Amino acid sequence: MSTNTDATRYCEDVVKKFVLAAIFWGVVGFLAGDFIAWQLAFPALNLDLEWTTFGRLRPVHTSAVIFAFGGNILFATSLYVVQRTCRADLFGGAGLGGFIFWNFQALIVVAALTYVLGFSQGQEYAEPEWWVDLWLTVIWVAYLIAFAGTIMKRREPHIYVANWFFLAMILTVAMLHLGNNLAVPAGFFGGSWMKSYNLFGGVQNAMTQWWYGHNAVGFFLTAGFLGIMYYFVPKRAERPVYSYRLSIVHFWALIFLYIWAGPHHLHYTALPDWAQTLGATFSIMLWMPSWGGMINGLMTLSGAWDKLRTDPVMRFLVSSVAFYGMSTFEGPMMSLKAVNSLSHYTDWTVGHVHSGALGWVAFVSFGALYYLVPKLWGRKEVYSLKLVGVHFWIATIGIVLYITAMWISGIMQGLMWRAYDNLGFLQYSFIETVEAMHPYYVIRATGGLLFVLGALVMVYNFVKTIKGDVADEAMQPSTAGAR
Amino acid sequence: MASMEKDSVSGQMTTGHEWDGIKELNTPLPKWWVYVFWACVLWAIGYWVAMPAWPTPSGYTQGMLNYSSRANLDEEMKAQKAGRSQWVAKLQAATAEEIAKDKTLLNYALAGGKVAFGENCSACHGAGGVGVPGAYPRLADDEWIWGGTLADIEQTIKFGVRNAHPDSRQSEMLPFGTGDALAADQVSQLADYVLSLSSKTPAAGSPGEALFAERCAACHQEGGVGLKDLGAPALNNNIWLYKGGKDGIIAQMTKPKHGSMPAWTERLDAGTIKMLAVYVHSLGGGK
Repeated sequence: MSTNTDATRYCEDVVKKFVLAAIFWGVVGFLAGDFIAWQLAFPALNLDLEWTTFGRLRPVHTSAVIFAFGGNILFATSLYVVQRTCRADLFGGAGLGGFIFWNFQALIVVAALTYVLGFSQGQEYAEPEWWVDLWLTVIWVAYLIAFAGTIMKRREPHIYVANWFFLAMILTVAMLHLGNNLAVPAGFFGGSWMKSYNLFGGVQNAMTQWWYGHNAVGFFLTAGFLGIMYYFVPKRAERPVYSYRLSIVHFWALIFLYIWAGPHHLHYTALPDWAQTLGATFSIMLWMPSWGGMINGLMTLSGAWDKLRTDPVMRFLVSSVAFYGMSTFEGPMMSLKAVNSLSHYTDWTVGHVHSGALGWVAFVSFGALYYLVPKLWGRKEVYSLKLVGVHFWIATIGIVLYITAMWISGIMQGLMWRAYDNLGFLQYSFIETVEAMHPYYVIRATGGLLFVLGALVMVYNFVKTIKGDVADEAMQPSTAGAR
Repeated sequence: MASMEKDSVSGQMTTGHEWDGIKELNTPLPKWWVYVFWACVLWAIGYWVAMPAWPTPSGYTQGMLNYSSRANLDEEMKAQKAGRSQWVAKLQAATAEEIAKDKTLLNYALAGGKVAFGENCSACHGAGGVGVPGAYPRLADDEWIWGGTLADIEQTIKFGVRNAHPDSRQSEMLPFGTGDALAADQVSQLADYVLSLSSKTPAAGSPGEALFAERCAACHQEGGVGLKDLGAPALNNNIWLYKGGKDGIIAQMTKPKHGSMPAWTERLDAGTIKMLAVYVHSLGGGK
């Protein structure tokens, strides 16, 4: 328990639990992802067992990294930040926090088991069946109560910008989760109680799915993690936030525009043209509101740019914002129908998602974790800043390998699909495109392996930090500005 | 609560708020950011004017360009069809043999057959018809179960093998050594004889030879040369659809496997099937 000058006792035990869970699930999720990446390159790794096929392990990977790793990071950081920036201890205290924590961890395990055993709603990033969805709703309402309750009893006149983003994330994810999971259990009609059918069918189901899917990216992985950025970047840089006005304008623009962008996932499908137009145009209008966050993150460093050189934790945070800027430019560009006709259904999309997921979400999470772990366990700094630097470079090289391999293979794949010979026949069969992508699949999986190794270096660093070890001082880079 | 103060690095004022030590500058919005944002909004409005965009109670705003992705697709499909119509007419009119003799038509059929093969056949028969050992026949050699002439191949593609279509090719290898009182040692003798058929010196006068003549030769013919009309594979060329060697032969004799192939006439038009026949015929072993 740490105290501040007002002797407010913050509820930090639950934050510690979420931090440890995030680290654990992060490693699990990265490993699952790299394993299925190798499966794509070498299908024999499906092992001829139904439980270990790509189709079942892929949702294990996506759920583990988005909801188990990302979710626990969001719980940890939001509950840490909201207490400190409100100067109030957690509403509901350790009891409510523990309820959220243990239920969420149990839900992750149950969801993963159902995937492996073959249960799925078939809704991407919303695979769990209806009864798991209901359970998650209870957990999420408890989270809303804890978070909003803490804001209500704040002892600061204003609500800090990070908390706007966290609250927007909590409310919108609740709406998305309920909207996309409107399903009828087959048990009502004499079928299995383990299976349900979505209330919507056909293109309406697809539209609901991508309204959900894109805003899971927009609110869970963007708004929530912008909340992280708005606390940990100024804290670590020890500089004021660049522009309060920009934070207001880009917040509201982002919230208003993001929710419309989903249809760009359904270009050139049965979705009506007008909905495709709205999806594309709102995605373009979303470009600058997204970049508002990047500007506020990067420019907060003015006056502290030297820390990029001296502080590897800062390097994680700043690189994450740079990756965020890159993906939020690439995204609107890919939402244009002309570009999308080439990129859609190819590995380019996979590369785009991972430049956001690895570069932005994971890097800002690593930065926050390297800040949080020593703080929470009462250490001056992590065990070894040098190892933080090692982690940074291994992971960065891994990401670069990953996304460049996917750019090349994705564009090649798209061009091969649309190539005609001089008699008007398709030039390549599907299997020829798969064969052509093999080397890039190997490069991608190698990049993923580096990313996993980097995470293991982080785990080692945290084990030593929590034990209270300090690496030989001579090994440490200069830590000018360390608190 | 902090008061407003001037930041020495940027020269901007702070807002006077402070949370857990974090202050905020009151920097105005970057001009370029505002301009690019409005440019994107204007572009979007222009797009809405040009294209179908907003739903209305009775439909949606059509846009000035009168764009419709469905109409575009129809047009492209029509253009495609028109471009191919002369070829399709020629393919329909000609037999597969005639196609093979007409050099330009053959060229077209090989190109089209390759695409149709990649889309429809290679999942089982492999890219280029290399087959899958132990499961699906190789089409790139001169061993044919149902015949390797253009007409035979076309027939097999059209109606398939052992499916529900009335014209499907049908044949069944009977199980031996289970219900027909063929003793285990007789099964073994038969297998030895079948194996010897592929060698230069078939085991003449062996007990297996007599058993073969009695039990197998009706379909597989004397010397195991096979009979294409019945789909009885040749046994004298060391090409085995399932598994070679004595074990494999005994397995197929005692518990026969039967593959099947769909009737493609239900899925592909006659021209495409002719192109496929010509293409498969060209893979290496056409008769």
